Amino acid sequence: MRQENISDLFFRRALFVASIFILLICAGMVYAMVSGSWAGLSKFGFFHFFFSSTWDPTLGHEQYGALSFIVGTLLTSVLALGFCLPFSLSVALFIGEYFKGKKVANVISSVIDLLAGIPSIVYGLWGFYTLRPLMQGWGLSEQGFGILTASLVLSIMIIPYAASLSAEFIRMVPRQLKEGAYSLGATHFEVVRSVMFPASGSGIFASYVLALGRALGETMAVTMLIGNTNDLPTSLTATGNTMASIIANQFGEADGLKLSSLIALGLMLFLITAVINFIGKMIMKKFTV
Amino acid sequence: MNDTIKIRIVKDKIFFGIICFLSSLTVIPLIAILWQLLRKGYRQINWHFFTQSAPSTLDAMMAQASGSLIPGGVANGITGTFLMVGMAAVVAIPVGIFSGIYLADKQKGIYASVIRFLTDVLQGTPSIVIGIIAYAWVVKPLGAYSALAGATAMVIMMLPLIVRSTEETLKMLPESLKEAALALGAPYWSVMFRVLLPSAFGGLFTGILLAVSRVMGETAPLMMTALGCTAVNWNVLKPTSAVPLLIWQFYNDPNLIDMIWSSSLFLMILILGLNLIAKQVAQKWRI
Repeated sequence: MRQENISDLFFRRALFVASIFILLICAGMVYAMVSGSWAGLSKFGFFHFFFSSTWDPTLGHEQYGALSFIVGTLLTSVLALGFCLPFSLSVALFIGEYFKGKKVANVISSVIDLLAGIPSIVYGLWGFYTLRPLMQGWGLSEQGFGILTASLVLSIMIIPYAASLSAEFIRMVPRQLKEGAYSLGATHFEVVRSVMFPASGSGIFASYVLALGRALGETMAVTMLIGNTNDLPTSLTATGNTMASIIANQFGEADGLKLSSLIALGLMLFLITAVINFIGKMIMKKFTV
Repeated sequence: MNDTIKIRIVKDKIFFGIICFLSSLTVIPLIAILWQLLRKGYRQINWHFFTQSAPSTLDAMMAQASGSLIPGGVANGITGTFLMVGMAAVVAIPVGIFSGIYLADKQKGIYASVIRFLTDVLQGTPSIVIGIIAYAWVVKPLGAYSALAGATAMVIMMLPLIVRSTEETLKMLPESLKEAALALGAPYWSVMFRVLLPSAFGGLFTGILLAVSRVMGETAPLMMTALGCTAVNWNVLKPTSAVPLLIWQFYNDPNLIDMIWSSSLFLMILILGLNLIAKQVAQKWRI
């Protein structure tokens, strides 16, 4: 008969308790955000809050709506994804296929890792002092701030995530498939295009979905570059605000209804990123199993 | 050779060229950022930089008017960062490792997969949202911004990283290791602490270093929790500064703007150093 000794029992309990901790954190997060945003959401109405673009903190007739920030967030993130696509795909092919296992690939993947390690605020400084004057010089925007500047910096920030994950999937393409294509006389490019992309496509797609999840929540760099205006952005060079950047900007001095509305924005951002990450993980799971 | 083959070969070469070109372009931002920080920041980094607190606007203005270096340093930021990261690590490392062991042990089961899913959700949560949470949990009930609130936010950010790295590393260990130890009659906890965790040390340590390096650079959640402080502060219930918070403060103050480069350089060296050490450890202790 198997006898569990006391210290073992205690140890297993401790493991279980630690895992409950994670459960509690998540429950506490949702509770804190729902209760915090309740005042705002019930005042303006759930639906109205999302589809109104007025953000007017004038006392007496306060009006808060999320639409301009939702649009700002989506615009910057999707643009950033577009800018990062050619670069991260090349890097993924570079380290996962063309120079797999070579020294050069090691160098590039170290560079990518280091790019991932640079703090958001340093990217913001770089964007402010290097990229912004360039944008002004090219005549793209007068102040140099705006959606375009923010998404350019954002694209550099998400290259590491997209590239290192896609490289994993590119590496996983079975050798036999590639060798079959080579033996038929295909060039390297043709193998990549007609064997590797179809075989690892959903994995690569998933890594871009996860990179999008990252881009949606980036705060500091975007806050420093987007210009921080509360209107609906009208063009790519217009200034605006994302959900994350308005929270960062206005949370400190907010109270009452405004605080509640900001927490509601946070709740929305949380839900959106959770869904995006979930979709990405699902695609990846389907692909690997 | 006929023409179609030539065209195909040329296409192949062009594609290869584009891949190499675009990949090498990604090096540019890294070098540009490092170069900018080094060029503008190196002069500020001296002994005072580590021992003195951030200067007041007035001092900085006077120093600039007389053309000398801005006096003072980031001692309040360094101590604040270490205070908060230390507090967060004390909680997040044991809890994270224990949950990781739990998940690695229970591959199946609804409860374990729920925990796994929630860990993924936590990992993907934007840091600004975590700032809101720490504000609602700690700042609001206590009525004051504090180092404790900052550390709470850091715990939430570190936990999922440590849990996942522990789980992944333990899963990679050969089953025979565990079975051999159990066959010798060792109890489960002793198998874990004397055999499995030491063998998984490299992966665990790498995960912890990466988690620490991630929270060290976070600014947004600290703005809503720790707020910042002009002097060195060791009281966990008082507002406290941190290096990224100081950078934000310098950035918003025209008189102190010259300080951003040295403090960013310092933060970068700290974080990239941790990253490089983590990579070395991962390579050396590979299972």
